[in-house]
Amino acid sequence: MAGVLARVIQRTKPQLGIIGPLVSVGNSNVAVVRFQSANAAPQSKQRGSPLSDCDRIFTNLYGRHDWRLKAAMARGDWYMTKEILLKGNDWIVNELKVSGLRGRGGAGFPTGMKWSFMQKPSDGRPKYLVVNADEGEPGTCKDREIMRHDPHKLIEGCLIAGRAIGAIAAYIYIRGEFYNEASNLQVAIAEAYQAGLIGKNACGSGYDFDVFVHRGAGAYICGEETALIESIEGKQGKPRLKPPFPADIGLFGCPTTVNNVETIACSPTICRRGGAWFSSFGRVRNHGTKLFNISGHVNTPCTVEEEMSIPLKELIERHAGGVIGGWDNLLAIIPGGSSTPLIPKSVCETVLMDFDDLVAAQTALGTAAIIVMDKSTDIVKAIARLIMFYKHESCGQCTPCREGVSWMNKIIYRMVDGNASPKEIDMLWEISKQIEGHTICALGDGAAWPVQGLIRHFRPELERRMAAYASANGPSKAERLY
Amino acid sequence: MTLLVRNILNLRSSPSSIICRKQIYTTPRLASDMLLVHRDTRENNAKIPFQFTEANMKRIQAIVQNYPEGSQVSAISMAMDIVQRQIGWIPISAMHKVAELLSMPRMRVYEWATFYTMCKRTYRGKFNVKVCKTLPCMLRGSDIIIQAVVDATGCPVGGLSEDRMFGVDLVECQGACANAPVVVIDDDYYEDLTVCDVYNIIQTLKCGNIPPCGPQSGRFAAEPGCGLTSLLTCPPPPGYCIQEALLQNTPGGDDCNKK
Repeated sequence: MAGVLARVIQRTKPQLGIIGPLVSVGNSNVAVVRFQSANAAPQSKQRGSPLSDCDRIFTNLYGRHDWRLKAAMARGDWYMTKEILLKGNDWIVNELKVSGLRGRGGAGFPTGMKWSFMQKPSDGRPKYLVVNADEGEPGTCKDREIMRHDPHKLIEGCLIAGRAIGAIAAYIYIRGEFYNEASNLQVAIAEAYQAGLIGKNACGSGYDFDVFVHRGAGAYICGEETALIESIEGKQGKPRLKPPFPADIGLFGCPTTVNNVETIACSPTICRRGGAWFSSFGRVRNHGTKLFNISGHVNTPCTVEEEMSIPLKELIERHAGGVIGGWDNLLAIIPGGSSTPLIPKSVCETVLMDFDDLVAAQTALGTAAIIVMDKSTDIVKAIARLIMFYKHESCGQCTPCREGVSWMNKIIYRMVDGNASPKEIDMLWEISKQIEGHTICALGDGAAWPVQGLIRHFRPELERRMAAYASANGPSKAERLY
Repeated sequence: MTLLVRNILNLRSSPSSIICRKQIYTTPRLASDMLLVHRDTRENNAKIPFQFTEANMKRIQAIVQNYPEGSQVSAISMAMDIVQRQIGWIPISAMHKVAELLSMPRMRVYEWATFYTMCKRTYRGKFNVKVCKTLPCMLRGSDIIIQAVVDATGCPVGGLSEDRMFGVDLVECQGACANAPVVVIDDDYYEDLTVCDVYNIIQTLKCGNIPPCGPQSGRFAAEPGCGLTSLLTCPPPPGYCIQEALLQNTPGGDDCNKK
């Protein structure tokens, strides 16, 4: 769920009532309009290019070096952390704002701004930092690498983020399946406590800060920030209505900030090397470096850190050894984890891996988990499998998601065989539109978008299957009914 | 809902029923879609006593300290995990014990136990083999892997093997997609699997050994399979390219900007 996207990125038409006069509703892709209107800074870069090794933040991504404290310090972790803390919260938040870092969990909310929401005068309640390590979005496996190979980056990040928002403690919510990763993290925390880096008078800065690990128990929905808070409180992970936002009433009723692991783990390096360094990568509003997961039909699936705005094709050819059977064998790509709509080969040729360019291609960056599908893929079955995932993971709180996703699952599994009426394609589209935006959290949206992507780009394939089924077995039952 | 489907299926199986001629569309059931209500059985009823071991009691007491005063309920996920590690699954008497220990209503524990998929409310074998079947694994051939696991363990999906050694479950994304296909046995991930690897792993377990976890293809983690494409050089030393603002009060520090 870490990767389910915020609704800021795409809004459904009926919801435009409030902001309707401000944007041109005629355009189906509202987000593009909004971004263009905010396009004050000129685009200095047209595309990203491969990073040099010295500019990579996660230097132990592949676990080729030791992950423990001594080796982590030799790689530059915990270096001058005290000086960073002594600069104060305004300085840290400002560095993050200058860096242009956008949340790496899927929604892409500017991190500096999120932290600045917490800088209200204290009303006596403690503040908490919650780190979202409930990585369950199909395709995504970046946080796992950070937690098992670079845990000290995360812990140092917790301390710096905690200082920036004035938190007394951080809770790292790690998914229950990651037992070995949680053990690494726990050992690293113990090392940091022993070395006086966290705990009372952390790093000798006079600031007290604790870090705790909380293990989940296997629910994708707990990656949604309010569900995650509920889960830490020992309840079922069902998302809360917002407002109140976690920045007002969050964990244990106190102001809370929830950030993704990668966001937090980036922040120490950003503070050390400066926000300007980070913002020198990527296009305007899409700055920085990013961990990309490449899975599916590629020759060498891998996780790699690259500059934002790198072309998708270059990323796959350079690091993943290309698509199996060559680029021409490509069918479609899901560019940002399972929640994002797929894009066909024609779009994959030119699209850049950043927030704005993917939105323009009617999809989203999400968690940058690239799932590649070649021509041997049964594309309908692939999306059906994703819908089955969402059906399984729906928390059951909101009716459109609980019932609607089950309906979609039933219809789309019939479509795999072609046992459906062409009219049902529009019905499926309509159901997905009824789910999208009508639920408390974004899981409903995340379930609706893959279906919409399928219908948008592969409608002829669906119709072909139905025709083939009809010619082999006579008209389907659905055809006779509707 | 589950009950309803079950009843319908029962009806379908009776030959005299008229419903058997009706086509009913149901989606395939997952092993984790267990019946959400508790039914008393000989192995699982409230009268079977459950006690934490002394070491586990201490663990729980330490974990409760992680949370603010009055929020001891937060420790439920760890407490349930400890139950599972102690006896392998979570009977209802253990749920009652957890409720008593964390001073919370029993109903809250039942709610919790039926919500989270990692909470095993039935015995799932000495080794719980969880095969990922979500899209990235499916694209890398998880369907064949599922079949191989079923054949190697002699255990149907969602069931137990005859010697109660293996329990095979299908699970949703386990978060190791760059290393697909993935099989998780208890806490350990076995990645980059082929059918041959599956047979080897299961055979080693049957012989009483634990096979080494991680990718079986020879790579260490999620790096590209045939040679690195990044991170080829040694990591830069501490203080590399550190910004001027941090150095103002402290002398020293390597600054690449001056070069």
